[in-house]
Amino acid sequence: MLFWQQLGGLFFMQTTECIEQHPSIAAGREVEQLAPQRLAPQRFSFGRLVRRLPWQRLLVPLVLLGALLLWELVVYVGNYPAFFLPGPRRVAQRFLVVLRSGALLSHALVTVSEVLGGLVLGLSVAFVLGYLLAKSRTLERILSPYIVASQAVPIVALAPLLVVWFGAGMFSKVLVCALTLFFPVLINTIVGIRSVDAELKELMVSLRASRWQAFRYLELPAALPVLFGGLKVGVTLSVIGAVVGEFVGADRGLGFLVNLARGLFDTPLMFVALFTLMAIALTLYLLVSGLERWVLHWRWPQE
Amino acid sequence: MSQPILVVDHVQMLFFDLAEGPFEALEDATFEVMPNEFVCLIGPSGCGKSTLLRILGGLLQPTGGRVWFNGAPLEGPQEHIGFVFQHANLMPWRTALANVMLPLEIQGVPRAEAERRADEMLHLVGLGAYTEMLPRDLSGGMRQRVALARALIYDPDVLLLDEPFGALDALTRERMSWELLNLWQARQKTVLMVTHDIQEAILLSDRVLTMSRRPGRVEHEVVIDLPRPRTVDSLYTTRFIELTHTLRDSLR
Repeated sequence: MLFWQQLGGLFFMQTTECIEQHPSIAAGREVEQLAPQRLAPQRFSFGRLVRRLPWQRLLVPLVLLGALLLWELVVYVGNYPAFFLPGPRRVAQRFLVVLRSGALLSHALVTVSEVLGGLVLGLSVAFVLGYLLAKSRTLERILSPYIVASQAVPIVALAPLLVVWFGAGMFSKVLVCALTLFFPVLINTIVGIRSVDAELKELMVSLRASRWQAFRYLELPAALPVLFGGLKVGVTLSVIGAVVGEFVGADRGLGFLVNLARGLFDTPLMFVALFTLMAIALTLYLLVSGLERWVLHWRWPQE
Repeated sequence: MSQPILVVDHVQMLFFDLAEGPFEALEDATFEVMPNEFVCLIGPSGCGKSTLLRILGGLLQPTGGRVWFNGAPLEGPQEHIGFVFQHANLMPWRTALANVMLPLEIQGVPRAEAERRADEMLHLVGLGAYTEMLPRDLSGGMRQRVALARALIYDPDVLLLDEPFGALDALTRERMSWELLNLWQARQKTVLMVTHDIQEAILLSDRVLTMSRRPGRVEHEVVIDLPRPRTVDSLYTTRFIELTHTLRDSLR
């Protein structure tokens, strides 16, 4: 249940924010004219939302259920064969079979390891390089043309080369993951470090902070909100990278499973692999945003 | 006669702008500040007051002239000079207490001692009950008091204040002036404060230096001979009004 609450919180954050911030929706016109400022500063709080609209908590599972029913209906009305579009029950059956045999778990584990490996590698290089580029205009001038040019090469086109160089094993996939998420995270890091308040930088100078102290006490905490934005993009991109890598050449992993299922016309298995990939990306995303709320608690109002 | 703690000797500041070429922010600033003196620097906006203060704080290197601090040439930020910015300039992720602790953490003071001293300092500026609050939950005046506590915590000899109450509303501003006056009387520090408020300058200082329009020069010096301790009544004396006139004229 907690999972659904979190999910609802994440997906409804934007829409409810709009409603809460717009006085004409949140209240009548008279209130808007008398005390708009009382309504305006309210920020999103999931707790408050649940208290006000108790049925919202059920919205995500309800929509999911509706989508499954619609899917089943489409399959039923169109009378599609299973290799073209299997119904949700068919997919669930296939899911249980591969889950029991342990095949799904072992493939998923391979993909997750690639994703995590790519995250560690890609994030650390992007963070370090991003910090250096943000701090040094000279370095930025020298390196940025090459970095931008490298982005013109699609990763999909680069992946075969990496497999040739580093073999069909896990390392080439880790590299593809890292390369996929590298650029967005790099840009985020540069923006994050550059956007550190100029007066706070002056404060650090006037307090005679060392470079390391300036990083630890000011730059890192100040850039964290933007870094978390990069991290959120990074985790989802890493999953894409893993699949791209596995498509090119692999004998394990969920991307391989999709490819295998395609060859066997086992479309239900393709759906199982796709949903598992979704679940992995979603779980990673939720973990990151949970971590974000915990680390950046000062940005959210106290409950 | 004791030695001046700060000597500003023909300080000049040129900025180089790629689009507009060099421009002179500060033409000539020459003055001295005695220990435990309260000096206000007043002038029209854009006259280089803040630039001058940043030079004294070691945040900028002057392009001409020299600054002497305690008889030695000033090079870079000094341990004995505290700086308070126009905006409170607090770290939004740190509580009031942690913000005040920051200078001590940078100096490597043990955590327990830093905490104790920061707590003491927050009590002194009247925020003893708000130590665990984040800046976003504090009012503008409270934030500026936290900033003041942060500047006072390492007990600097000289306090440089760059329009510290400029962003506050008139009432809070006046209350903060009184508190600053009390703090200064209790702690005996040298204060150099930039302001554009004539009343505030007269009420607080021993001496007011006026600056011309850009390029800025320190033009006049007005000695404020109002007796101390000053109270609300000081505002309504004839001498106060005379001084207001003098200052207003010299700013023309």
